[in-house]
Amino acid sequence: MRRSLLFIPGNNPAMLQNADCFESDAVIIDLEDAVHVNEKDNARNLVHCYLESLTEVPMEIVIRINAPDTPYYEDDLEQVVSEKIDAIMLPKASPASCFLIDQVLTIIENDKKMNKKIGIIPIIETATGVLQMGEIAKMPRINGILLGAEDLSVDMEVERTKKGTEIWYPRAKLAYTCKALKIDAIDTPFTDTSDNEGLKEDALKAKELGLNAKAAIHPNQIDIINQVFSPSEKQIIWAKRILKATEEAQAKNLGVFSLDGKMVDKPIIERAQKIIKMAQKYRLD
Amino acid sequence: MSRFNPELLPASFVPFASSSAFTKKERTLIPEKEKSENVVYLHSIPSLFDELKITDGMTLSFHHHLRNGDYVFNMVMEEIKRRNLKNIHLAPSAIFPNNQGLSELIENSNVTNITTNYLNGPVAETIGQGKMQGLLIMDTHGGRARAIESGDLKIDVAILSTPAVDHLGNGNGIEGPSACGSLGYAISDLKYAKKVVLVTDYVIDSLKRVDFPNEYVDYVVKLDKIGDPKGIVSGTTKITKDPIGLKIARNTVKLLDELGFIKEGLSMQTGAGGTSLAVAQYVKEKMQEKQIKGSFASGGITGYIVDMLKEGLFEKLYDVQCFDLQAVKSIKTNPSHIPMSASVYANPFDPKVIVDKLDFVILGATEIDTNFNVNVTTDSKGLIIGGSGGHSDTAFGAKVTIITSSLIKSRLPIIKDKVTIITTPGEDVDILVTERGIAINPKRTDLLQKLTNSKLKIVPIEKLLETSHKITGEPNRIELKNKVIGLVRYRDGAIIDLLYQYK
Amino acid sequence: MKIGIAGTLESNDTMITVKESDSLIIKVKSIVDEFFHDSIVKTIEDTLKELNISKIKVICEDKGALDYTIKARLITAIQRMEKSL
Repeated sequence: MRRSLLFIPGNNPAMLQNADCFESDAVIIDLEDAVHVNEKDNARNLVHCYLESLTEVPMEIVIRINAPDTPYYEDDLEQVVSEKIDAIMLPKASPASCFLIDQVLTIIENDKKMNKKIGIIPIIETATGVLQMGEIAKMPRINGILLGAEDLSVDMEVERTKKGTEIWYPRAKLAYTCKALKIDAIDTPFTDTSDNEGLKEDALKAKELGLNAKAAIHPNQIDIINQVFSPSEKQIIWAKRILKATEEAQAKNLGVFSLDGKMVDKPIIERAQKIIKMAQKYRLD
Repeated sequence: MSRFNPELLPASFVPFASSSAFTKKERTLIPEKEKSENVVYLHSIPSLFDELKITDGMTLSFHHHLRNGDYVFNMVMEEIKRRNLKNIHLAPSAIFPNNQGLSELIENSNVTNITTNYLNGPVAETIGQGKMQGLLIMDTHGGRARAIESGDLKIDVAILSTPAVDHLGNGNGIEGPSACGSLGYAISDLKYAKKVVLVTDYVIDSLKRVDFPNEYVDYVVKLDKIGDPKGIVSGTTKITKDPIGLKIARNTVKLLDELGFIKEGLSMQTGAGGTSLAVAQYVKEKMQEKQIKGSFASGGITGYIVDMLKEGLFEKLYDVQCFDLQAVKSIKTNPSHIPMSASVYANPFDPKVIVDKLDFVILGATEIDTNFNVNVTTDSKGLIIGGSGGHSDTAFGAKVTIITSSLIKSRLPIIKDKVTIITTPGEDVDILVTERGIAINPKRTDLLQKLTNSKLKIVPIEKLLETSHKITGEPNRIELKNKVIGLVRYRDGAIIDLLYQYK
Repeated sequence: MKIGIAGTLESNDTMITVKESDSLIIKVKSIVDEFFHDSIVKTIEDTLKELNISKIKVICEDKGALDYTIKARLITAIQRMEKSL
């Protein structure tokens, strides 16, 4: 049910300080690409101490750790896994790496006697990853998948464009995979931070295909992303009418009924409920 | 209410009572200066000093419309130094970093008293270290006009940089290589100084418009250059790109809308800083969305506000100073872009005063306390970094006064139990908008009522203070117990706070 | 001489240099010294206690960092010093 996730460089105290002010549904604190190899230790300690200092956590916290084929991932997990975070984002994910992280998380959660079960958000950024998407999505703890189109297009040896034709297929596959398993389909970031029109178009393309969220690499992108992936006023009004009609129908013991000439059955009602739930969560009504 | 012992005030100064105390007072007006018979043309600052017999103890005034590009003020300082004049009282409407030569004159008692509205840079350091023999008096823009017209600030010679002058001694600010637009801060000097000098680099046969009528002018000094155009039009920043600033700006406009202020005929003033410009931009978008037209925007005018005029979003602009080239061009060519004097802008005793007609004003602050008192004069260490300018004036006049600021700057919370120095009293400050919440002055029950169903995060200011301390830790309190070096003079002439040596 | 350095002089950050020492020496220079000097020293002292370190020289050049940043940079500097054997 997330709409926007903002990447924040893990070694940047000024940005960490404001992480809870940017109004994204989640922040992805990045220990991987945003942190130079020589500063991995610094970033890890900073994120650890930052998390330790938090008393209230107004948004979801996701940590992008370094991939398991690096020497950093174990220390990353040891330092960041706590009740304060919600999910680990896993670069260049494969079924094997997801499985491994699941195991390590279980050990750490037990050691730290945690009540919370930390989720995993794999990043699909290789051709193999795209093919394995179905398998990956079924791994334990997965509650969303991020498409990483920059690295993917390098792997595919195609040009990465604003038009996005080159990622039409992985986007579509992501939409179906995630919808089938009821997890978040998170679109790749739009890298031109000065082009708000382009960002909106790109986000709408993803939405049209059935993705429900998008990662942001700059706080100024969040407003637009939230807008695109929020239910519209029209949809909220529709949903309210559906639920009201459902109540009335139930009171009259009607099984199936129609509204505006269209049949209202269980999937429609569930859709309406989901919209209202989202509207309430994001205070849209 | 007094933050200081009134017995510390020099004779003839009275302590501040309230921002509306002036309404029970009569306007005091000294006679305007003698009309000049003819205007004498000179060609150097030294010859001006000779002609006027400028001596020890005189009061010389200046305006700051050429800002950091001004040459004239520094040239006059050079001449004072050369002649080793003593005990000069300077009354520039502002002092900028490029006036650093003044520090030496202060240290050597060439200059012993300064009355100004804005002070920043090396001169502020010098005065803050207690090196000036006399007092620094800081006025508001409206208060300076009041002080001059009432005789509280008696000027011997007004030395006014004037971009264009004709052969009869008329002057304006819109023509010539050093064009700066509105000359609003100079009008009171023009009318009430004993002697008035226009210093120009551009003499022509006839002027497109007269801002300084020659009946007030005694001397014209023609120099090669009175300023550097690049420094003159350097007043505007760009719209902030900082996401925190943008969030604050967005929420400010949402708030204004919920309070019903984005409506047909609205009037507004915003500052020229990055966040204020973002507010102006979002107001513009809201006005376009609602297809409404405002009555006026006022204050220091930037290109962004000029664009709003051009796009038909305002009937008029009232301009006391032009911050950039776009504003200068506009005031020259657009009859709806109207210059105004500091008195008409902000003098509490001026019957036409514009600030009283404002619906809302967006202002900054270095500090604000839990009583909504605002400091824009010093930083938290007590060093003078600015001054009211039009802050106290607009805060009084506007129907709603909004302070926009990030909650924390370099680990320092902007909210305090008590501000270090009071510039603008809390009774005139209504709302604080930060990235972590919005605080409404509890006195404004009318605003609070309109916001009962707001989705904006509205919290008591004490809660915001608490929030900031949770993040930064509680800062040590600094008590400024040192020597008094100056006075913060409120717009009605009463003293609202004292200024102290900071080091 | 074992030295560890961590952090930057960017706004809201802190640069910590640690060196081996016979005694506990803490030197702090901050842009907000008037307001937080003692608090910064205490954060450093508390962190050293947590790490069971009683003899070390800590030099902190601070640009308005919050407590957790100071703590983190100190921990990293010490780890780097210990690695530079």
